[in-house]
Formats: sequence, C-alpha cells, structure tokens
Amino acid sequence: MKKYFKPSIFFLSTIPFIFIFYKTGFNKLGPEPVKEITHFTGEWTLIFICLTLSMSPLKKITNMSIWINFRRMLGLFVFFYATLHLLTYVGLDYRFNWQPIMDDVVKKRYVFIGFAAWLLLVPLAITSSKKMMKLLKNNWKKLHRLIYAVAIFGSLHYIWLSKTIFFKPLIYFIIIVVLLLFRIKIKKKEVKYG
Amino acid sequence: MKTIKYSKITPESVYKNRRSFLKRLGFGASTLAFSSIPLINNGFAKDRNELTSYKDITTYNNYYEFGTSKGDPYKNSQTFKTTPWEISIEGEIDKPIKLSMEEISETFLSEERIYRLRCVEGWSMVIPWLGFSLSDLLSKVKPTSKAKFVEFESVYDPEQMKGQKYPVLNWPYKEGLRIDEAMHPLTTVVTGLYGKKLPNQNGAPLRIFIPWKYGFKSAKAIVKIKFVEKMPMSSWMWASPREYGFYSNVNPNVNHPRWSQATERIIGEGIWAPRVKTLMFNGYGEEVANLYTGMDLKKNF
Repeated sequence: MKKYFKPSIFFLSTIPFIFIFYKTGFNKLGPEPVKEITHFTGEWTLIFICLTLSMSPLKKITNMSIWINFRRMLGLFVFFYATLHLLTYVGLDYRFNWQPIMDDVVKKRYVFIGFAAWLLLVPLAITSSKKMMKLLKNNWKKLHRLIYAVAIFGSLHYIWLSKTIFFKPLIYFIIIVVLLLFRIKIKKKEVKYG
Repeated sequence: MKTIKYSKITPESVYKNRRSFLKRLGFGASTLAFSSIPLINNGFAKDRNELTSYKDITTYNNYYEFGTSKGDPYKNSQTFKTTPWEISIEGEIDKPIKLSMEEISETFLSEERIYRLRCVEGWSMVIPWLGFSLSDLLSKVKPTSKAKFVEFESVYDPEQMKGQKYPVLNWPYKEGLRIDEAMHPLTTVVTGLYGKKLPNQNGAPLRIFIPWKYGFKSAKAIVKIKFVEKMPMSSWMWASPREYGFYSNVNPNVNHPRWSQATERIIGEGIWAPRVKTLMFNGYGEEVANLYTGMDLKKNF
C-alpha cells in the first residue's frame, strides 16, 4: 500500500499541469489566454509552497513520519510550477524582450520579489538529490530553510500585484504565516529540551 | 478606423464577411512581420484594427456592479431592467432637464462608430459602437459661467446589481470630464454595438465612450449628467488616488504603479500573438492632443 503513495502524489501533482496544457491546446482559455496561464501557474506555485510547508507540521500533529517522504517531491513541484510561471511571463508574455522585463524587475516591487523568490528556489532544486544531501551534511538543512523566505516572498508577490489584499492574497498570507509559526514553536521546544 | 463610419446598421453577416476579409489581410501582414524580429517592436504586426468578435465584446467585461470577474457582467446582467429609463441633466445649467430613453433615441440619430478600447489593465478591443456625439446631447442645455466639468453618474440599484452590495467602489459609479473633453466630437453617447441594441453587460441602455481614455472613464448605465464647478472625484480616484487619476488618458509613457502601460494585448488573439505597443491617446492624438497642450501629463495622469 505504502509504496503507491509517492507515485500517486506525483500523479496528482501533475494534474494542474495537464489541465492547463489541455486548455491551452484546445484554446479554452478565454479572450486573454496568456494572463490565464500566468495566474494559473502562479497560484499553483503558492499552493505547492503551502503543501510543502505542511508536511512537517502534519508529521507533528499525526505522529506519522510518512509525510516527510513527500516533502522533497512537493518542493520540486514548487520549482516546476514557479518555473512555468516565470517562463510564461518572460517568454510567452514578453517574448524574451529584456528591456521591458528589466524595467519591470527594477521598477515593480512585485516582479522584483517574485523573481527573487524564483532565484532562491534554484539552489534548493539543484541540491535536492540524496547525493547533495550527503555532500552538504548539516549545511543542507540550513540551506533548505530558504523555502521560508521563498514562501514569504511568494505571498508578498501576490499581495503587491493585487488590486486589494482581499481575499485570496490575504488567505494565502495567513496560511503561510501559520505554517511558519509552527516552525518557531518546534524550535523553541528543541531549545528547551536541548 | 477612428472616425470612419459605415452605414448606420450593418447586418452581422456583412460584419463577418468583412472580418474574414480583414483576417486574410491580417494573415499576410503577420507573415511579413514574422521576418522582422523582435516581434514586439512590430506594433502593427497583427491587424490591430480588426473588429473584436461580438462574443468577446459581450462576455469579457469590467462592470463591477455585476461582479468583479470578467465573466460576471454577462452572467448577472441578463435580467437587468432598462425600461423605463430617464436621464437627468442638471447642476450648473440654466434649466435642468429630464429625458426618457425614447426621447433620446427619437431626437438623436445613432451612427456606427468603430473605436479602439484600451483597458487600464493592459488589454484592448476594437468595437463597432452605435452612438452619437455627447456634444449633441449637451447642447440641449445652457451651462452657467460656473460650469467647468461634467460629472456622470451611473444607476444605483443593489437589488438588480448584486455587485453594489459590496463596498468595492463607492456606489453609484461616478466619472467626470472637463467640459472641452465632454464636448469633443469623439466623446460618444453609446446606444448599441454591432448594429444591435446595447447589451446589458456593456452598459445598457446608455453609456458614454471616450476612445482616447482608459476604459473605466467610460461610465455605463448613466442616469445623471451634472455640470459642476470643481473637478469631480471619480469612483476609481476615490478607491485608489495613487493609481487612477482624473484624466486617465491612454499614455504608454506613464506607467500604472503596478504594471507597465507601454504595451497591450489584443483580445481574441491566440496564445502566440505578441503584445503590441500602446499608442499615445490610444491612437487618437491627432484629434485630441490639443486639449492638453502645455499640460504635464505625468502629473495629470
């Protein structure tokens, strides 16, 4: 039974991609298809960030360590959807036309912080293999705490680009803050007992 | 396009024929453009004057009275009652008047006017409106010497417009123009589109359209036109003064605080179509630039 968990979660995680791929192929994205793809991949990046951050709290709450087995894969899906999101913006929307893109990165804080979040994801994706884990030893854990910064940046990215914070940007922000607060608690306990 | 007028009413089949003809033309043009990279610099690569489809014009709308999603106005406005309808012209004028929709359609002859619509969000359409110049309507009254601006007020009816139950904007929707802008022949009172009665989701029974300004300036379902002395506070200025100014002329050089206004996407184009360059005054500079001589358009955005 257990051996089917991981492949199932992998399959489930690809469904948003299959969905948007199908809609793109069959021209079902409405009058502004590029915007649709940008928003869709952006939101799924945030969802996967939340899922990735949920694994260790779930382990604590349920007292089951199995959750940790999914964390790396979910993290890689964050990178996957974030990269699709970035490519849609840079390639599909702006045609790799660097002048306006650079203008945006410098002038628009939401683009800047979004791009920064993606940059921080790159070393995490590169060092995600077991080999790298062994190679980096204790530093691996420290390095991968960068996901906390990515989560906050991602949430700010959504808040700053939106007309108002109500309600979706606020909801993601609250979820991410709650998930991060779990970490502080865990850490404090460690200090106490250690 | 611009002020080109076709017959008063063109049957839809003729529209479609014209469309397919233009499409063939456009195809040739875009093949040519393909050889000149980067595509984005080729502002006219795709035929930007091609009419947007009736379906896109009537199902992709910003009309927060009926909901904030683009599909909401179409979905939520179908049972909206537009009869009876009366428009009141009041404020700094000698004698206020009230006109019924019937009186308006009897007095003023609507003609076809094909104008580009540029939304502040960065997309655009080409729409064959039916309408007449607002100046015709305004010439029915005599403004006093105090009158400097015109304020437009849209209908307030939260029973029928469920978006008005939420304080997204300060209802009723208000917009305004300087009197010389309002009297400009391009400023249009719209009564229909594609040769048909104006659909509810597009602002029935009567709206204004100002082709050189961002779309939100063109208030829908108007019930009141008021001459005033002081610059009116529009709903969007009230909601976010940093982002939306009184003039809101289409201007590729003045960015919205959250995005660039240098380019736009043409609605209805496929996923591989590039953005096109946004034109100053939405391409109507020849007609309207003189309204703003000596003005700092960065300050008066």
